[in-house]
Amino acid sequence: MSNEITAKDVNEQDKALLKDIDNALENCSKCGGCMAVCPMYKELGVEGAVARGKLSLMQGVLNGTFPISANFDKAMGLCVSCKACSANCPCDVPADELIIRGRQAVVKARGLSPIKKNVFKLLQNRHMFDFALRMAGLFGPLSFKKLPRPMAAVARFPMPGMDAKRVTAPFSATPLRSQYPETIKVDKPKMRVAFFTGCTINYAYTDVGQSVINVLKANNVEVVMPSMQHCCGTPVFTSGDVDTGKTFAKHNIETFERYDVDYIIAACGSCTEAFKIEYPHMFKDDPAMKARAEKLSKKTYEISEFLVDVLKFRTDNLGPINATVTMHDPCHMVRGIKVTRQPREVLKAIPGLKFVEMQAPDRCCGSGGSFSLAHYDISRKINDRKVADIAGTKADLVATSCGTCRMHITDGLVQNNLNAEVMHVIQLLDKSYQAGKK
Amino acid sequence: MQSQIIDALTKIVGQEYILTSPEDLYSYSYDATPGFQNLPEAVVRPANTEEVSKILALANTNKIPVYTRGSGTNLSAGTCPMQGGIVMVMTRLDKIIELDSANLVAVCEPGVIVGDLNTAAAKFGLICPPDPGTVKTATLGGTVSENAGGLRGLKYGVTKHYVMGMEVVLASGEVMNCGGKNVKDVSGYDMTKLFTGSEGTLGVITKLILKLVPAPEAKKSMMAVFKNLDDAGNSVSGIIAANIIPATLEIMDNATIKVAEEYSKVGLPLDAEAVLLIEVDGNPIVVEQEAEKVLNVLKANNAFSVQIAKTAAEVDKLWACRRAALPALNKLRTTTYCEDATVPRSMVPKFLRAVQDIAKRNNVQIGTFGHAGDGNMHPTIVCDIRDKVEMARVETAMDEMFKAAVDLGGTLSGEHGIGLGKLQWMEYQHGPVTINAMKAIKRALDPNLILNPGKLVGEC
Ligand SMILES: Cc1cc2nc3c(=O)[nH]c(=O)nc-3n(C[C@H](O)[C@H](O)[C@H](O)COP(=O)(O)OP(=O)(O)OC[C@H]3O[C@@H](n4cnc5c(N)ncnc54)[C@H](O)[C@@H]3O)c2cc1C
Ligand code: SF4
Ligand code: SF4
Repeated sequence: MSNEITAKDVNEQDKALLKDIDNALENCSKCGGCMAVCPMYKELGVEGAVARGKLSLMQGVLNGTFPISANFDKAMGLCVSCKACSANCPCDVPADELIIRGRQAVVKARGLSPIKKNVFKLLQNRHMFDFALRMAGLFGPLSFKKLPRPMAAVARFPMPGMDAKRVTAPFSATPLRSQYPETIKVDKPKMRVAFFTGCTINYAYTDVGQSVINVLKANNVEVVMPSMQHCCGTPVFTSGDVDTGKTFAKHNIETFERYDVDYIIAACGSCTEAFKIEYPHMFKDDPAMKARAEKLSKKTYEISEFLVDVLKFRTDNLGPINATVTMHDPCHMVRGIKVTRQPREVLKAIPGLKFVEMQAPDRCCGSGGSFSLAHYDISRKINDRKVADIAGTKADLVATSCGTCRMHITDGLVQNNLNAEVMHVIQLLDKSYQAGKK
Repeated sequence: MQSQIIDALTKIVGQEYILTSPEDLYSYSYDATPGFQNLPEAVVRPANTEEVSKILALANTNKIPVYTRGSGTNLSAGTCPMQGGIVMVMTRLDKIIELDSANLVAVCEPGVIVGDLNTAAAKFGLICPPDPGTVKTATLGGTVSENAGGLRGLKYGVTKHYVMGMEVVLASGEVMNCGGKNVKDVSGYDMTKLFTGSEGTLGVITKLILKLVPAPEAKKSMMAVFKNLDDAGNSVSGIIAANIIPATLEIMDNATIKVAEEYSKVGLPLDAEAVLLIEVDGNPIVVEQEAEKVLNVLKANNAFSVQIAKTAAEVDKLWACRRAALPALNKLRTTTYCEDATVPRSMVPKFLRAVQDIAKRNNVQIGTFGHAGDGNMHPTIVCDIRDKVEMARVETAMDEMFKAAVDLGGTLSGEHGIGLGKLQWMEYQHGPVTINAMKAIKRALDPNLILNPGKLVGEC
């Protein structure tokens, strides 16, 4: 029969989906260097888990050994996008990005998984998205039991797709951006910045957002939180749904362009990275959009980077915080936007604070954005190593700069019966300014 | 593979530790060697000696090839399952069983990563010196089976100098022990040495007794740039003649200097014919004296410039340029053949010239760097394996290169092993009598030829 689709046809079609990265894949020398740093390989110990294995699976599709199969999909999913492979690759192979390309091919060949499909559909509509997450906030107290530690909750009854014992961030009843006017004025502002809040800070960790605002106010900076801003798009993009990712990017670029600000700041590595690196990259084939993205990219800073390198934040009125603090470097801070010195400078400026470096502070905590939703068992194992490193420092507080890391490490500490608390760097600085007022 | 065999293997290692999907098999069809790939029929990840023994007994009875694999970083296709069969991954045997500081001995399972043993030994002020470029990824089993070398070969020797004993599972599944913790041991044939460097063709190592040595207290690194290759060669001989054995004595040729400079921007003159990187280590006072003597030798041999690293940052900078050599070459093209032909120390300049001529004559890009102190060179060919016409030229160049090394009294491989990559020149180097003796050993220990068949000594 002429209209029957053969296995060969499927292979040919799948090959076409990866053809453009053929050369990039060929650049991997198979040296195996990524085995030393890949958290996924450390836990699973199989070649399919490490960058080398995943790149070679894509080559397997390209040379027609197998189609974009369910197993291929699964292998591409086994990656927390921590960039450790790329950062250490002697051949400069951007393996983490190529793996995302692999996922994109999966989406094209097989479609998104049904759960992700629904979530992303919701994400696409800003109002619906806002509404749904607000609802989660309002009804959150019903389904999440608050733990006797700030900003932590366990699901009270089984939630689909969520491990019953897992500790997450509670959704806030009022999102951050609804707690404030769009522009937060100060007397004779030194400068004016736009705050890209990102979803975790707007809907869950509003305490971080409040601290960002307090700290900027304390430094005489006027803050605008553009009300039309939307999810950065990274979760969608890394899951392989490029088109939706681009829609988000375009929306955010258009939104932020409308404001006359000196700088754009974000308080999370991935959100900063989206504006700073990913948007210009996403539009590499669209010169006009790329130029617009680049213009914003130049103005974008992560909050600690902004405080230290641009603003030179006030240190004369800081009050003491008597605590031992260690720092976890989120993947997208250390290997994405390459910011590790500045958060430490912020912490070390605080009087009374004793800073202790943990072992391998830059090793992934295992959350990997939405990875931990689909693979909680693996991400728990990766995280247990992080928690052991934290325990080694005897710190009372773990500072970090990313909401998902904060959530996942808090969960790890609870599961391992440790008392340390996890906070954003900026919250500690905020506390120190408060202490200075007393 | 018959389903009874798969079932039997599953029973031995458990469902979780056998892989049979096409995608999983594909993941074990290659190693770090370009150009060799073939699908196995099953991948097993045993947990202990007993499971290894059962797997081998099963394979032996059914005459199924077994390819033992550590981390798969070897450069001689040593783990490629060219005849299908079973790939047996040893990484779950990853325990350091004992660190015996009284006897300076470590007892380890073969899946322990070389760097992890060193981290553990460092707590006692000890090191296990073999340091292939892959210390952070390579297993001890793979490193012993390749008899790997590294940067410190000149002073500290290679892996075989640190293997004191082992537990080996023979092809039949029987478990054999040889050697032990004795510094002196002449009881019987030296079976430990026989299995060291045997590339998984004679048996499967399941336990290793390794020698440790005290970590050097001090180190000093320096770099010398030469406008003339012979001056660099004479410096190497001069340093040895001055009774100094540096831990490291590395050379890079002009082709490598150019790409390494482009990549790491440390300020190397592009017209330099050679760069030497030297590190002396040991007692702090002796290190100072030796550094001084090395400096004099370098000056006497017309070094264009000499740099001594004073701070840790400067040490890093010097070594960054050596570390850049392979990655920088790597990045020029998609395919990289990092070879390891080795010649007697005094022949290094002659060999480097020969390689440069061969590259020019065949229109092939080759950068050479390597361990000048022990004559172990890494002529590195960069090309595109997908270009058939170019690959024909590459093959000719390789043929000429290996023969040039052997003709200078050298050897095909100083540390990466023969595997499949260099098999075709074995007879050229050893002659038929030696090859037949090697094959006789292979047939005696593995009569059904199931262990890494076709490698090292070829078909038997
Ligand atoms: C970038 C790069 C740099 C390198 N630098 C060096 C260097 O400086 N010096 C050097 O010598 N080598 C070097 N190598 C080669 C390689 O890393 C070493 O040979 C390494 O020690 C191999 O270890 P592995 O665990 O990856 O072994 P594998 O590649 O898994 O196996 C190597 C061989 O050992 C056999 N084998 C593995 N485990 C066992 C066991 N338990 N029992 C019996 N047989 C076994 C396999 O069958 C195979 O033949 C380099 C490789 C790369 C990619
Ligand atoms: S991705 Fe990079 S580090 Fe990993 S095997 Fe390939 S070349 Fe080596
Ligand atoms: S991004 Fe991280 S998890 Fe993914 S392959 Fe690279 S090292 Fe492994």
